[in-house]
Amino acid sequence: MLINHPLLGPRDSSEFIYLGDATLIDRPDPETASAQDWHDYAYLRDNPAGPHRELWFHEAGDRSWLVVTRNTVTHEITSVELARDVARSQGRSK
Amino acid sequence: MHDLIAITALGASEPQVETIGGITCTEVANLALASVAARLGGEAACRERLASLVGTVPAAGKAELTGPFSAKWVGPDQWMVGVEYEVQNDIAAHVKAALGNTASVTEQTDAWSAFDLSGQRINRVLELLCNINLSSVGAGSAARTSIHHLSCFVICRVPNANVRILGPRASATSLHSAITTAMRSVR
Repeated sequence: MLINHPLLGPRDSSEFIYLGDATLIDRPDPETASAQDWHDYAYLRDNPAGPHRELWFHEAGDRSWLVVTRNTVTHEITSVELARDVARSQGRSK
Repeated sequence: MHDLIAITALGASEPQVETIGGITCTEVANLALASVAARLGGEAACRERLASLVGTVPAAGKAELTGPFSAKWVGPDQWMVGVEYEVQNDIAAHVKAALGNTASVTEQTDAWSAFDLSGQRINRVLELLCNINLSSVGAGSAARTSIHHLSCFVICRVPNANVRILGPRASATSLHSAITTAMRSVR
């Protein structure tokens, strides 16, 4: 499986480490979040059969975190973005 | 005053040089390194100052190797700057003075060991060592990859003829063993 790194081009998936659901980026605001928000953030995950946004770490490469959109049925990868760009577009890490 | 004897990453007093089948692996023992990470909001200013230090700020997957100070891209808004001891052996302080508050600078000299691989068709060795796409490697390419389960940089000066491999210094002997084993394998 190849992951098309947005900066470095296609790289073998053996260079990457899989973390999981990209909703980890959406950490609740510590100032306002309730216990239920933290519970949902920590434990609840969708398990789709189809496109899934997930976090991958380019461990044997440039050490960047990526948001990879992968079809869990076919393994087709339709989009690869830098996680920091995704987070910033959502107003994080300003 | 301490009277200490400097040793190289492989533990000898002189850098190790091995030639096998027309390919030479040379331990590089005079390379000072510092990492540069642009600070949030200071990225543009950091690039400007880094350019005046090294020449051109290398883009993703590239290295700038023209001046006494070299730089290679290691990640978004992050670079590794190198220089020979004879030019500047307090590299972190020197780079920090040049970049000021636009970047965080960390001394990396003793974290890495370096080996120059030169000779005819060294891609035969590299293709046994790592999974870099060698057909796309040109002069000034810099890639981080796994060699012998070690996270290494492969910096190309002349395609198929001269590359520098940086690997973790604590595993210098393992990396050197992997390189020389690959060299023997392609003879």
